[in-house]
Amino acid sequence: MRFLPTDEQSDFARTLRSLLGTAQVPAAVRAWADGEYGPGLALRSRLAGTGLFALAAPEAYEGAGLLPLELSLGFVELGRAGAPGPVVESAAASVLLSELGDEALAKRFLPGLVAGEAWATLTLPGESGGGPYALDADAATYCFTVSGAGELRPAAPGDALRSTDPARRLSRLAPAGGEPLAAGPAVARAARAAGLWARLLTAAQCLGVAEALLERTVGYVKQRTQFGTPIGSFQAVKHRLADTLVALEFARPLVWAAALSLAPGDVAAAKLRCGEAAYRAAMTALQLHGAVGYTEELDLSLWLRKARPLRDAWGTPSACRAEVLRSLTPGRR
Amino acid sequence: MDLTQTADVEAFRAAARAWLADHVPASPLPSLETREGFAAHREWEARLHADRWSVVSWPEEYGGRGVDLVRWLVFEEEYWAAGAPGRVSQNGISLLAPTLFDHATPEQRARVLPPMASGEVVWAQAWSEPEAGSDLASLTSRAVRTDGGWLLSGQKTWSSRAAFADRAFGIFRTDPDAPERHRGLTYLMFDLRAPGVTVRPIGRLDGKPAFAELFLDEVFVPDEDVIGEPGQGWRIAMSTTGNERGLTLRSPGRFLAAAHRLTALWREQGDPADTALRDRVADAVVGARAYELFTWAGASRFAAGGAVGAESSLNKVFWSEYDIALHETALDLLGADAELADGEWAEPWIFSLAGPIYAGTNEIQRDIIAERLLGLPKGRR
Repeated sequence: MRFLPTDEQSDFARTLRSLLGTAQVPAAVRAWADGEYGPGLALRSRLAGTGLFALAAPEAYEGAGLLPLELSLGFVELGRAGAPGPVVESAAASVLLSELGDEALAKRFLPGLVAGEAWATLTLPGESGGGPYALDADAATYCFTVSGAGELRPAAPGDALRSTDPARRLSRLAPAGGEPLAAGPAVARAARAAGLWARLLTAAQCLGVAEALLERTVGYVKQRTQFGTPIGSFQAVKHRLADTLVALEFARPLVWAAALSLAPGDVAAAKLRCGEAAYRAAMTALQLHGAVGYTEELDLSLWLRKARPLRDAWGTPSACRAEVLRSLTPGRR
Repeated sequence: MDLTQTADVEAFRAAARAWLADHVPASPLPSLETREGFAAHREWEARLHADRWSVVSWPEEYGGRGVDLVRWLVFEEEYWAAGAPGRVSQNGISLLAPTLFDHATPEQRARVLPPMASGEVVWAQAWSEPEAGSDLASLTSRAVRTDGGWLLSGQKTWSSRAAFADRAFGIFRTDPDAPERHRGLTYLMFDLRAPGVTVRPIGRLDGKPAFAELFLDEVFVPDEDVIGEPGQGWRIAMSTTGNERGLTLRSPGRFLAAAHRLTALWREQGDPADTALRDRVADAVVGARAYELFTWAGASRFAAGGAVGAESSLNKVFWSEYDIALHETALDLLGADAELADGEWAEPWIFSLAGPIYAGTNEIQRDIIAERLLGLPKGRR
């Protein structure tokens, strides 16, 4: 038992953090929201250089093997930086294609996803944890959809729907006609795996969002002065931030355990707590920044607007709670 | 990173489980906050001790098994899962003993620890005073030098277990002229039946005498019962508060067992249409798991040479509020029966309500989190 990231895993996260810290991510997010994908795609190439996207593909297809723990630690950093794009969906598509066991399909799509030359988005049936909308379909190189009958098809995005987070672009996907790319129980199985990874990585991203919101708010209340003293010296302010940290730090090990086991109950628990930690951090950040926090001009808004959609993406709190109880083995102590 | 235990740890778990299966009383003991229950729990401590299960983490010479933190956590998991009785010796074992291991002389350890391990001597804590609660350093009970020892005078209060316990430990002002109020305090142990001690039990919310006021009038304490140097009491007491707030006071095993009982109750009595209540049961399950995992991470950090610091305040806020939420959920599942004072969940619920108050109120913990973990400036409380 050693329930801590290894030095190597921590170093990987640190590398990503320093790369993202100098990559002018907020500007890329604002451009993304305006439909200018250039900076976001440039960031994608730089992230690929760290090996991040290789962590969701087997070695046979240029990947590093499926490494959910390393990938989760990476997604905490993506959330922390607020990185734009269908990062969760690309990784989930990568897992779907890896798990299918269809060499031709894997060869066709995986190397580009691993190399950061392509992004994918997808919708999955409800039982795999999917929702009705695909993220960033117009920016994705590939769009996939899996039907409830277990058919994997390429798909075309419908009209874009505006998200409450302008950096998330939603659309329904229309499956292409003709022969499916793959069909049968193997597709249904691979879709369940993809849905589980998507939920895990969204949880990790939420954790990073919570970290960023807390850090920015702590910084703000230390320098904002009222009544002649930093507002961070007031107990009402301190205690809200303390509660935010408690929620965050008790959500973190749930992500690690979920990445270790990939058990549906563990992944649901992680998603539930991380989503709530992020949303709670957002509400605290908004309140403690006061009116300036309510503006889109302040970069804080990039994380504030992300927290709520991520809390619901790939498993609402309600769906996750139901999964937690479904996964309990009766009679186990 | 991994969560699997070694075969050795699993063998230890199996041994604990087997012993508990053979020895845990078939029906619950009377409440340990009553005279009869206190005596029954003391006997249970002796039973545990006879087979070296009362203080597994202590060295063998004092009655333990010398096991590491991981095995202690595993033991606790098995202990609470088996439905074993509450620990009447908890205050001594989790508060005084760590202090003795860090600061006492070999003679003191040899004298004090074995009877604590067997339940022969049950300890009460004597920290708070009527005018010194959260602001503990303002305490005024004093110890005055006398031939061969000290004379204690003053008043302590909210002294858990003191109604029926044998001895107590606390800090007392020995140098009223010290330049700074945290100095001039001394950590010492005294007999609750010594001349000059008056114990006035205090009824808890449910009327049971779970704590007491102590009136001290020139109570003699020999030098051998001073822990560490006179004047160092504050530093010594604070060096082990992490134990109380964190790992060794409330192990995850307790909450895993309670969450398990809660899900059983929900399966038996829960209305499937009541999804609001269902969600709270799920939250209790997830909360116990989160606490368990947080603790494994802490134990791993500890094994790698890290120390328990202000992080123990995160722990304390989490478990104390979790505990109340869990018990409230159970009461809501019980409906009208929640009111029955002899119900299985009634006393644990009452007990849970004290969690955010003792061991440093949660307001103090949140100040510590904000100032020491988040780096916010000190301010008026």
